[in-house]
Amino acid sequence: MRHEPAAIEATLAGTLGAFSLDVAFAAPARGITALFGPSGCGKTTVLRCMAGLTRLAGRLKVADEIWQDDATATFRKPHQRHVGYVFQEASLFPHLSVRGNLLYGALRAGDTGGPERLTFDDTVDLLGIGPLLDRAPDALSGGERQRVAVGRALLSRPRLLLMDEPLVALDRLTKEEILPYLEALHESLSIPIVYVSHDIGEVERLADTLVLMENGRVRAVGPLAELEADPALPLLRAPEAAVTLEGRVSTIDDRYALTSLAVPGATLLVPGRRGRVGSKWRLRIGASDVSLVRRPVEETTALNCIPARIVSVAPPDGDDAQVNLVVALGEDGSGARIVARVTRKSRETLALEPGVQLYAQIKSVALFASGR
Amino acid sequence: MPDFEQLWSPIRLTLELATITTIVLLVLGTPIAWWLARSKARWKEAVAAIVALPLVLPPTVLGFYLLIALGPNGPGGALASLYGARSLAFTFQGLVIGSVIYSLPFVVQPIRNAFAAFGDRPLEVAATLRASSWDAFWTVAVPLARPGFLTGAVLGFAHTVGEFGVVLMIGGNIPGETRVLSVAIYDYVETLQWTQAHILAGGMLAFSFVVILSVMLVEKRFGRVGK
Repeated sequence: MRHEPAAIEATLAGTLGAFSLDVAFAAPARGITALFGPSGCGKTTVLRCMAGLTRLAGRLKVADEIWQDDATATFRKPHQRHVGYVFQEASLFPHLSVRGNLLYGALRAGDTGGPERLTFDDTVDLLGIGPLLDRAPDALSGGERQRVAVGRALLSRPRLLLMDEPLVALDRLTKEEILPYLEALHESLSIPIVYVSHDIGEVERLADTLVLMENGRVRAVGPLAELEADPALPLLRAPEAAVTLEGRVSTIDDRYALTSLAVPGATLLVPGRRGRVGSKWRLRIGASDVSLVRRPVEETTALNCIPARIVSVAPPDGDDAQVNLVVALGEDGSGARIVARVTRKSRETLALEPGVQLYAQIKSVALFASGR
Repeated sequence: MPDFEQLWSPIRLTLELATITTIVLLVLGTPIAWWLARSKARWKEAVAAIVALPLVLPPTVLGFYLLIALGPNGPGGALASLYGARSLAFTFQGLVIGSVIYSLPFVVQPIRNAFAAFGDRPLEVAATLRASSWDAFWTVAVPLARPGFLTGAVLGFAHTVGEFGVVLMIGGNIPGETRVLSVAIYDYVETLQWTQAHILAGGMLAFSFVVILSVMLVEKRFGRVGK
């Protein structure tokens, strides 16, 4: 999750009925930027404004193009923006076959000057929709329809892909079936994607940059891992709080079938032979899966016991049963930050305060395909 | 044996009138239906009510006003004077104008409903796929509203074939010019020429059945997408 120059700069403000929106954020030229927040916080409105489907006052710059600038009375209509939009419902054209749907945008796109050069066949392969081409949209399952909708948007050669909760209308199993395609997309696309979601699970698997929204305002913008471990933000207090890190396979222990992954400040062991040496993974470490010990424990089943340093305690005081400790991995505390959720009692017993050196035991790590 | 030419003339005239009227109705009715379906103007329901008026007006009332409008002192007369005629009343052109107004709601209503039924989403999708409004209208809105167009065209055609009161008021009964089928049948019955009335009425019945059946079959055939 490197920092990259901002390719998208958006400033939007206005009211829609009783709802008022006032947001400003920048997103990098590559990777997935998630607009995350509770339902009704204005995420979809922001996305619609970026596509030009809804108009609020403001300014929007994508790559080197100005799509909206009220100062110069510039407003590109949706069809004049090189944008791909995936709606919550696939919204395929019912009067066209899958192929007809895919080609609708492709035939009109021309050369957008965008960096994407995905051919029809590449796109069909990437999304696994080859066998569906001659079918009618109403003969597809929900997951298939959504994959076709993604393909249709990509084939219009967008310079920016907007996805509005594309998985929200799907059941759990279908979601799991589509996520790998989205991860593959993440890996192979060189255009920015703005992804709206209120599901932190999707965000953890897909997002690089997070725009945290609340009541029509932007609460925070930054790399996903940074925001997840920020004590000032609500992510840390969520029951399923976790930190997402990027790791690279350093060695694979064939005898015990264990894979070592290097993350900043530590090497983590995970069960199973995961990819090849050098391959990248996205790691999710749940706050409840991390326990802290003052001294390394000699005899334990936990494989990962990593020196770390406490960075902050949230909340620092109060009478909650549990507190979240942000700890930085590595002897000197210069590595990646993860979160440990411990009881207030343990915190007091062990006198866990910012600056304290200790060891983090990580009970489990979830691995996802890396976007990069 | 009844004179063939005498029987055929009102049939041909009726088919000509209904065909031309249907085409004019589609050309005229589609933009009206589109506007009624998509505009947010507050007074659009007033326009909708005007379009729907022929549904509730007695044909003779409509015919009376049309007679005045098409006559030498109305706008129809002014139009007719452009090419040297005195009036549009009692002419074929006058019948077309009258039929268009009379059947307008039967065409506009189904097309408007069809345009309204699919909502904004397909057009938004088309816009994000680089289709201009004009492009999206032809490639998305019209195909999606096809059943509405079909219903509208059939209703407009059938309604024109069957109209009687308006025709009598503004067209009269001029053979080869304004003597359409319904008027001819009425005439035959009035003069007790039952054979002729039977032939025309029976022919109408069979023709109507074939038209409606083929429209339904065509709709089923073209309604399919993919394999």
